[in-house]
Amino acid sequence: MTAALAKKITAAEWKTICALEDIPRLGSRVVKSRAGDIAVFRTADDQVFALHDKCPHKGGPLSQGIVHGRQVTCPLHGWKIGLEDGNAATPDIGCTKPFAVKVEGGQVLLAV
Amino acid sequence: MKKPRLVLVGNGMAGVRTVEELLKLAPDLYDITVFGAEPHGNYNRILLSPVLSGEMKLPEIMLNDLDWYRDNGITLHAGKKVEKIDRIRRKVIATDGTEEAYDRLLLATGSTPFMPPIPGRDLPGVLAYRDIADTEAMIEAAQAHRHAVVIGGGLLGLEAANGLKLRGMDVTVVHLAGWLMERQLDQVSADMLQASLETRGLTFLLGKQTEAFVQGESGRVCAVRMKDGLEIPADLVVVAAGIRPNTTLAEAAGLHCSRGIVVNDTLQTFDPRIYAVGECVAHRGVAYGLVAPLFEQGKVAANHLANYGIARYGGSSVSTKLKVTGIDVFSAGNFTGNERTEEIVLHDRSSGVYKKLVIENERLIGAVLYGDTADSAWYFQLMRDGKDIRDIRDHLMFGQNHIGDVGHQGKSNAATLPDTFEVCGCNGVCKGTIVKAIKEKGLFSLDDVRKHTKASSSCGSCTGLVEQILASTVGGAYQAAESKTKPLCGCTEHTHAEVRRAIREQRLLSIAEAMHFMEWHTPDGCPTCRPALNYYIISTWPHEAKDDPQSRFINERAHANIQKDGTFSVVPRMWGGLTTPGELRRIADVAEKYAIPTVKVTGGQRIDLLGIKKADLPGVWADLGMPSGHAYGKSIRTVKTCVGSEHCRFGTQQSMSMGVDLEKMLYGMWAPHKVKLAVSGCPRNCAEAGIKDVGVIGVDSGWEIYVAGNGGIKTEVAQFLCKVKTREEAMEVTAAFLQLYREEGWYLERTVHYVQRVGLDHVKQAVVEDQEKRRALHARMLFALKDYEDPWRAAVEKPLVRREFEPIEV
Repeated sequence: MTAALAKKITAAEWKTICALEDIPRLGSRVVKSRAGDIAVFRTADDQVFALHDKCPHKGGPLSQGIVHGRQVTCPLHGWKIGLEDGNAATPDIGCTKPFAVKVEGGQVLLAV
Repeated sequence: MKKPRLVLVGNGMAGVRTVEELLKLAPDLYDITVFGAEPHGNYNRILLSPVLSGEMKLPEIMLNDLDWYRDNGITLHAGKKVEKIDRIRRKVIATDGTEEAYDRLLLATGSTPFMPPIPGRDLPGVLAYRDIADTEAMIEAAQAHRHAVVIGGGLLGLEAANGLKLRGMDVTVVHLAGWLMERQLDQVSADMLQASLETRGLTFLLGKQTEAFVQGESGRVCAVRMKDGLEIPADLVVVAAGIRPNTTLAEAAGLHCSRGIVVNDTLQTFDPRIYAVGECVAHRGVAYGLVAPLFEQGKVAANHLANYGIARYGGSSVSTKLKVTGIDVFSAGNFTGNERTEEIVLHDRSSGVYKKLVIENERLIGAVLYGDTADSAWYFQLMRDGKDIRDIRDHLMFGQNHIGDVGHQGKSNAATLPDTFEVCGCNGVCKGTIVKAIKEKGLFSLDDVRKHTKASSSCGSCTGLVEQILASTVGGAYQAAESKTKPLCGCTEHTHAEVRRAIREQRLLSIAEAMHFMEWHTPDGCPTCRPALNYYIISTWPHEAKDDPQSRFINERAHANIQKDGTFSVVPRMWGGLTTPGELRRIADVAEKYAIPTVKVTGGQRIDLLGIKKADLPGVWADLGMPSGHAYGKSIRTVKTCVGSEHCRFGTQQSMSMGVDLEKMLYGMWAPHKVKLAVSGCPRNCAEAGIKDVGVIGVDSGWEIYVAGNGGIKTEVAQFLCKVKTREEAMEVTAAFLQLYREEGWYLERTVHYVQRVGLDHVKQAVVEDQEKRRALHARMLFALKDYEDPWRAAVEKPLVRREFEPIEV
């Protein structure tokens, strides 16, 4: 997440969702929110990313995909979605919404 | 810090492909400058012939437009010819005075048409055939003039002649040799080709030598005179008498040249700062004039320019295809043969088909195909792989579909299919879509086509057909992947076989260790290699290596099958397809309690509960109280049984209890792909054991065992492995065969493909003939499977496992 994006979020909007340890490395957890299901991913180097849990292709649950590098591969038809920006890797075209997420004191905070 | 400067001289296919490969490996390593003598971006020179014939237009054959250079930060000097390399000051100088300094220089100056010293060759109207300007000049001439003469009946000459004929000219081809394309065709096929071109209105003068081009009153060429005195009218003369590597620039710079710029296996010239690729190069004494080897060279050169320093170019085998619409000619390798070779020939003159296969030591070493080239890619692959053809010899001539691993859709000839023909039934991709993507995006490999169109990316049964379409669209530029050396995925250079060997020999116990040892290019792999590595590691080191759930596809992580709407399906295990009233009652209760929308009986004699939310899975499993049916895994799926002698009046053996015992023995067995078994109690075979990975059929005197059947994408009848007397033996043989497959199979390779690869004899030797080996395999299987824990119970009882299924509420 960029610093600019983080600045716009007030303290009240950050919600603690779980401990970093509750998300497996190269895995994810699903957060049920008013904005719909959000997939929160943890990479091999403990970076955390959040995306709307819906593949831009046919709506597959991205949370169920295999995480590799800075991408997740949709379990339904193998589209590769960038964790940072939610964009599909070329040659596919599509985008799913990213959410701001951060780790503080071992806790994962999500802005919804 | 200032980046090192890379200068490319030659804006053609080989040079630009090298830059593309380099950008893939090291996008920001260099400041790149490109010089091109032609005033365009990079285009597909191979497709000039369709442009000449009017089947394609110039914009369609552009590979990289000017935007591409800008987007990649490349400085392009189009229309500027480099005339000098100053190797001391390390700079190149163009004819207009433009100078660029380099740290590394890449020469891709291509070739120049060979112009024989015939008087009158400088006359207006006498052309070579090499680039866009030549093509445009020919198109222009075709509008104003009538008589065209093409000197040279080789590949390029015939394509030019065909194009000019289609543009409305009267065309005569003059050829020195006794038959056309003598370097690619034998006389029989060349005669057929000539006859076919003659019916299109072309005229041929064979065995004729040109003496002079005669000037007309207008100053333009008006005739061609032969050595024997014959004179034919000509307003346009196209000389296609071969090409010569363009080494002028390199030679002037003092680089060693000998029929091309001499390079080593890393495409480096005698000046270590200068690399060279493409038609201008002589590698191990060979200069290539076809595009596929140039791409291979580009890959290697890019690897070294990117400072990886590990790739080597060892030369290429090449094949030729003539790009004249409606005429299919293919030739590769040694098609003339010698005293040690044999030939298989099919010649049907009236239907216009000729095929000659040249064989030496049971290996295909050359082929000429005329009229029916549908199997050219397959033959070429057999040649490159040096595959032993002894077993398929009797139907080799009839093509791959008679051998059968391209799927039912590979049967038609790709070039003749209409654009609306649905090639890929899984993804709904038509031929037209594929051809369009190939042309517009400049695709050359199967992987590229898969990525862009999705064709053949699901079940893969149309792979053969997609390859044929690719081959017929890009012609000689197509090169089938070498299956023996194909890397596991883009993250590594290593093949499945090499990866398996390293894991075994180096005792690699985790994915991280394996990736580190084998120098993976990516930090944590991709969805192709991680599941393969995970399987290889846990199957090689059972009870030592730890399974990595994050490297498994969701189905194996959630122990249920994901459906299109993100819900899951659950198939409880019913050993041998047997169940009880108690189990059925629980299934009914679960279906009602969790409002499960669909309950279905499967093809494998189980009950499938479909449409379950992931969060409900542990609850469903707890209430069912039955073990996981593994309908989701690359693992033992089901053992299907008939009623057998327990009830059936025809039954000779107790197939139900045999099925239950087999299924219990194999419970928890992960494999390269899914594994399905069946047991029938008599040869009527009601359990359909003939299309299973292992099929066991009871006969009065014992059990017959069949292996490597498949009822899926392409039906494959299982092959007879052996007959045994006792059920203990049948169990042992089954376990031994499957353990062999587990140890030697490649990830996602079904038993049918595994056995096709290693040969049934190899399997028989290990599983039937060598008793000791069989017992050892059986023992290794039992050891690997002991203490297997039902994953459903684990998810119900262990909070850490259950976490996978629990959403977080905010």
